[in-house]
Amino acid sequence: MIESSLQQLSAALAAKKVSAVELATLFLDRIERLNPALNAFITTDRERTLAMARAADARRAKGPGEHCGPLLGVPLAHKDIFCTEGWRTTCGSKMLANFVSPYDAHVVSQLKTAGMVTLGKLNMDEFAMGSSNETSHFGPVKNPWDTNRVPGGSSGGSAAAVAARLAPIATGTDTGGSIRQPAALCGLTGLKPTYGVVSRYGMIAFASSLDQGGPMAKSAEDCALLLSAMAGFDERDSTSLQREAEDYSRDLARPLAGLRIGLPKEFFGPGMDDDVRAAVAAALDQYRQLGATTVEVSLPNSGLSVPAYYVIAPAEASSNLSRFDGVRYGHRAAEYGDLTEMYCKSRAEGFGAEVKRRILIGTYVLSHGYYDAYYLQAQKIRRLIATDFQEAFKVCDVIMGPTSPSVAFSFGAKSADPVQMYLADIYTIAVNLAGLPGMSIPCGFGTADMPVGLQLIGPWFGESTMLNVAHQYQQATDWHRRCPPIGD
Amino acid sequence: MSQREAQWEVVIGLETHAQLQTKSKIFSGAATAFGAEPNRQACAVDIALPGVLPVLNREAVVCAIKFGLAVGAQIAPRSMFARKNYFYPDLPKGYQISHFEIPVVQGGGLTIRVGDTEKFVHLTRAHLEEDAGKSLHEDFHGKTGIDLNRAGTPLLEIVTEPDMASSAEAVAYAKALHSLVTWIGICDGNMQEGSFRCDANVSVRRPGAPLGTRREVKNLNSFRFLQQAIDYEISWQINEIEEGRKIRQATVLFDPDTGETRAMRSKEDAHDYRYFPDPDLLPLEITPAWIAEVKSTLPELPQAMQARLQSQFGLSAYDAAMLTAQREAGDYFQQAVAIAGAESAKLVANWMQGELSARLNREERGIAASPVSAQQLAGLVRRVADGTLSSKLAKEVFDALWTGEAKDANAVIEARGLKQVSDASAIGPIIDAVLAANPKSVEEFRAGKEKAFNALVGQVMKASKGKANPQQVNDLLRQKLAG
Repeated sequence: MIESSLQQLSAALAAKKVSAVELATLFLDRIERLNPALNAFITTDRERTLAMARAADARRAKGPGEHCGPLLGVPLAHKDIFCTEGWRTTCGSKMLANFVSPYDAHVVSQLKTAGMVTLGKLNMDEFAMGSSNETSHFGPVKNPWDTNRVPGGSSGGSAAAVAARLAPIATGTDTGGSIRQPAALCGLTGLKPTYGVVSRYGMIAFASSLDQGGPMAKSAEDCALLLSAMAGFDERDSTSLQREAEDYSRDLARPLAGLRIGLPKEFFGPGMDDDVRAAVAAALDQYRQLGATTVEVSLPNSGLSVPAYYVIAPAEASSNLSRFDGVRYGHRAAEYGDLTEMYCKSRAEGFGAEVKRRILIGTYVLSHGYYDAYYLQAQKIRRLIATDFQEAFKVCDVIMGPTSPSVAFSFGAKSADPVQMYLADIYTIAVNLAGLPGMSIPCGFGTADMPVGLQLIGPWFGESTMLNVAHQYQQATDWHRRCPPIGD
Repeated sequence: MSQREAQWEVVIGLETHAQLQTKSKIFSGAATAFGAEPNRQACAVDIALPGVLPVLNREAVVCAIKFGLAVGAQIAPRSMFARKNYFYPDLPKGYQISHFEIPVVQGGGLTIRVGDTEKFVHLTRAHLEEDAGKSLHEDFHGKTGIDLNRAGTPLLEIVTEPDMASSAEAVAYAKALHSLVTWIGICDGNMQEGSFRCDANVSVRRPGAPLGTRREVKNLNSFRFLQQAIDYEISWQINEIEEGRKIRQATVLFDPDTGETRAMRSKEDAHDYRYFPDPDLLPLEITPAWIAEVKSTLPELPQAMQARLQSQFGLSAYDAAMLTAQREAGDYFQQAVAIAGAESAKLVANWMQGELSARLNREERGIAASPVSAQQLAGLVRRVADGTLSSKLAKEVFDALWTGEAKDANAVIEARGLKQVSDASAIGPIIDAVLAANPKSVEEFRAGKEKAFNALVGQVMKASKGKANPQQVNDLLRQKLAG
């Protein structure tokens, strides 16, 4: 059962071969047993979970009908960046260690409405700032493939939980690669939608113009199913796009003959490890066998994406995180002399080192006299990067390359050098800057039998095409079915 | 102005925050009504819970468009909201959302009048922004209470060019602006509740010299304070310079108790607000069609009404300006004239500016809350115009209407028997009796003392209990004395 796809779970529930309560219990027990070694969950609440499961079973007991959608009774876990009413929502930070949200994020309420059962809240880099999950106040998440290695970040808890089969599927968020990179490092399928497809309401903001929620799953098929329920216009998010609801599963079965795959030469230069290069090359061969053709494309400004990102994202973050001031909720220093001291101590104690670093960078680049030189320039680069992609998509339907330059690295390997850490996202960041949809799918194993991810990038609103491209590959390969050797 | 101040030129620019009369806040659905229990009108967005996002209230934009049209400004087809970042306990997000680089209203201006002089005050801009909450320092024993009911209330910040040269001009501008924003219905104008508050930028210079360094007096919430604060600043700044000190740019507060200003912060410790476009909001796009739609809902504007009152009713520019100082006054006037007749327009204007306005001022009421309605005043004016009432009797009738003694002038006249007597056969005998009783006055008049005539008129009026038509009394008395 723990290996089942969403569709299989859905069918089993519909056929009453299993109840939502039984399914939830199965996963809760597994979490209880295996999570201590992985630290993927920050919060579980058996009673709340079972109450949701019982409600799902009760809904089904009313007989078939619209209230029994495909996700009714299917369990999932949420990255702890999504506000969940009645649950602690920490964002991986001491600042919000005791914050219980009084409301549900749009995504959470959509999935609740669909009848999904929440298993718990997943660990993450503090405020989603990190690529290794080492910045979490609640300790690092371990990679289920090798617990001495990082799971990637910032959605490391989501990736580890699904990889270790502690949850059938999870939500994640991606600001510069935070869904795709941990998906790659843990052997999962993860999708970051086009900016504006998934409402950001209730998703604690890191960098507002880049943040986007998405599914992290065992397969493209599962991603499609969850994304169909997560996406949709939300009037509470002004950047949410007013588009018709989509069935992202609709194109899964389409054959790939005639598919044009763009290979940006900038993504295949030096900087990529050989094991990753080999796995990606093999995946591309597989695609050619499936009837696709490859064409070299160029993204000449992609080299500027990391520096542009590390201006824009911290700038927005420095402002977004100002609300955590200890006045209304969140951590407040125990003792302080005056207002300024209350702010300083509360924030000094409540935020970790990486968050402080980014607040400092962001504050600096927005300062009087520096704004034009940094922020404005970075915004111009952003436009150039988006234009590069538009040019490339004139000659291809989807772009492919590595998700991450290396397989999962060991704890501490990059945490002393922020720039090394930032370069872990070198292939994913441009996608966020351009607002494009991106995916990572497992495409083999590299050094030390660690999973390698293949990145797919689509044009705006190309989700269903990407899911089709990923699904067809997953019909022909079994990398996505491999399971880490943990606990069984 | 003192002799000393005459050697200086004063330069004043005003920034006014007008709270917009929208039902809900500018970026959330919470209500904006004043006076609720603390924090009862603050929703998740207003208290800046993690994860919440702003959504622009289109009604606030409509207010800005109305204002732009009313002052003849450009309405920006595309404008951006920015974040103004600073920490303060009553600023929940740690930033204020405000138009910055591209304001929604650009240019335009208002004509003001000081004495007989008209002046056009240019506006630099008007932009939308959200208000902060309130910090409450009393009643918390060394702690500070935060009330976020006001947080997110829509404001239009209206900024002038430094076009004013005296506190009188500044007050005239503020009054004209106050009248306009209430006229077009975008602001309730309640200054005590902070719905309309001014910041004054004041500097002085020798005539012809470059602009002096300015100091900004914050948060003036009455016209009187505005005047006092500016006058104090002018004389303080002149004094500083004359004593050899330099003015340093600063933000100051006015203390109504002492009538003085004191520095809040100097330029050195001014905030770096780190403005940048708010990524949570899309650019605000205003189409010509939207502007046209809003335009069709605008009432006749004060200046247009002023011009019309002059040409339609032959009123003086002064009268027309007074009657259009407030929309309610203009409406009242027109209602009254519609009943009393256009030929009585001047009489209506006189009554409104005389007895009515005196009584309203004395009782601190607005014209909208006048006990004497436009219909009632019109009825009164008709009886004056047709000679039924003398002005003295008319005042008595007015008083009766004010106290609610009767529903209209005719009823008062009827009840009190106040009809003016214009009949010679009725007035003649009264005059005869008065002449017989006052031989001394008659003698004095005949000796050339005009004053004695007035005394006799007074006696006749008294004897008639004020009902005799004064003109007729005059005429008849002269006839009889000549005879």
